[in-house]
Amino acid sequence: MKHAIRVRGLTKRYGEVQAVAGLDLDIEHGEVFAVLGPNGAGKSTTVEILEGYRKRDAGEVTVLGQDPARPTREWRSRIGIVLQTADDRAELTVRETLRHFAAYYADPRDPDELMEQVGLTESAGKRIRQLSGGQRRRVDVALGVIGRPELLFLDEPTTGFDPEARRRFWELIEGLAHDGTTIVLTTHYLEEAERLADRVAVVARGRVVAEGDPATLGGRASAKARVSWSDGELETDNPTAAVLELSRRYDGEIPALSVARPTLEDVYLRLIDSADPPAGGVPETAVTIGSAS
Amino acid sequence: MTATPAAVVPRAAAPLPSPLRIALARAAVETKVLFRERDAVVFTFALPIVFLVLFASIFSDSAEGTGVTVAQLYTAGLIGSGVMGTGFQNLGIGIAGDREDGTLKRLVGLPMPRAAYFIGKIASVLVMTVLQVAILLAIAVLFYGLELPAEVSAWATFAWVFVLGVSAASVLGIAISGLPRSGKSATAVITLPFVVLQFVSGVFIPITALPDWLVNVASIFPLKWMCQGFRSVFQGDAGAALELTGSYELGKIALVLAAWLVGGLVLCATTFRWKGRRDG
Repeated sequence: MKHAIRVRGLTKRYGEVQAVAGLDLDIEHGEVFAVLGPNGAGKSTTVEILEGYRKRDAGEVTVLGQDPARPTREWRSRIGIVLQTADDRAELTVRETLRHFAAYYADPRDPDELMEQVGLTESAGKRIRQLSGGQRRRVDVALGVIGRPELLFLDEPTTGFDPEARRRFWELIEGLAHDGTTIVLTTHYLEEAERLADRVAVVARGRVVAEGDPATLGGRASAKARVSWSDGELETDNPTAAVLELSRRYDGEIPALSVARPTLEDVYLRLIDSADPPAGGVPETAVTIGSAS
Repeated sequence: MTATPAAVVPRAAAPLPSPLRIALARAAVETKVLFRERDAVVFTFALPIVFLVLFASIFSDSAEGTGVTVAQLYTAGLIGSGVMGTGFQNLGIGIAGDREDGTLKRLVGLPMPRAAYFIGKIASVLVMTVLQVAILLAIAVLFYGLELPAEVSAWATFAWVFVLGVSAASVLGIAISGLPRSGKSATAVITLPFVVLQFVSGVFIPITALPDWLVNVASIFPLKWMCQGFRSVFQGDAGAALELTGSYELGKIALVLAAWLVGGLVLCATTFRWKGRRDG
């Protein structure tokens, strides 16, 4: 079992729409891996196939050494899933919910310690129905990790969070990653991918169009830097020289100086824009982009 | 639909909890959740009692010549209706809701034998129905002069009709839960057949008052037979003369209810969806 997840030539079609069109992916043990892509790009379908929720049309898929199309209880117990939307179990309290879910696993985390870790101790006696959206999400994450999974799937985990809640959530995920949990994350927040992920893959029209370290994705690190100040801006391979030159010109402090490499978002948008226009048959509401071919 | 096969890869860690333990945990949680929805609990328990009070007030005469009282007649019918209401209607609507709100999807992602979900649901129906019957009988005895049968054989009949009835109704509730297109439409879709069945199965109107063709239709479905079985318990031999065939037909009751149980199980095994329609 070399990789935690190995995918080769994965395809899935819904009627006329080719949701996944020959996707390859390798995710290593202990890695935090972010899957990025616009709505309709096939990332949710791919993740649901990996989670054992959906059957694939073709391709090879191995998750923790097994085919997710034939999930066993033993395999399920090694995987944690945090779904995108969940509003179930509303009439149980937080503590009851965690205790109940612990009962499915051989060696679960202690519910009280877990509540402490995700910041739910004060809400322990509250019914799930009474929680705020952010608190509910923390319950979802707690349920995802209560069985000490080797592999955790997080599907758009921080949608609807305020900035502070998001930051606390990130710290929680970093803690899990530090303990060796392999994490597969889908997100629309590129800042989140950059902060958490060791590697990212950009999925467009059912394929991986770029993959790598978020700091160097799409030639980010070697791209020209943009130097801007109050009276102008320029793109250069030598920003230090440019700043020194400007400093001389202004005789010291340069007004409103900033030096920036392309952000992950710039790279992401360029990857998507540079792709071919869609061939049709794709819903208009989805942000459609061409494959990189 | 069946429990997932045993783990193939042995782990060094402790073994997974036994399917039985998980089924018990499901039963506890389902029952707890059921009683947490207080308005639903109050109305579920109140419904047969309200009907008993209404019917006993409207029809105060005893059935001619047999000594069968209105309380005996309606207690039997309302127990049948309560079993069907909790097993078929409430359970069907509840599972449609579980499908809609993501409960089923979450459970599928857990190391849970799938049978544990159904066992938990049926256990919660059993608890609810036993309480419902106990309250109904207590009120019928205290306020409407119902005399409980003294013979062991009557209670044995009660027990098997009850268990077979709850099982068949629950299995049908599980099967029907897939019919509504959404959790929101479930109440309307599932309530209609239930209400119709109550009218033609001898719950509200004595079955002898129905035209033959309606009796034939009702005889296809389990509620008529459940009510007939409960009448045999509470009306005793004297009441048998009031039945269409002059007999309670206990053997036929067992046969029909068992057939529905088996048919319902097959229907569940072939049609049960763990996903909502939106999930594709």
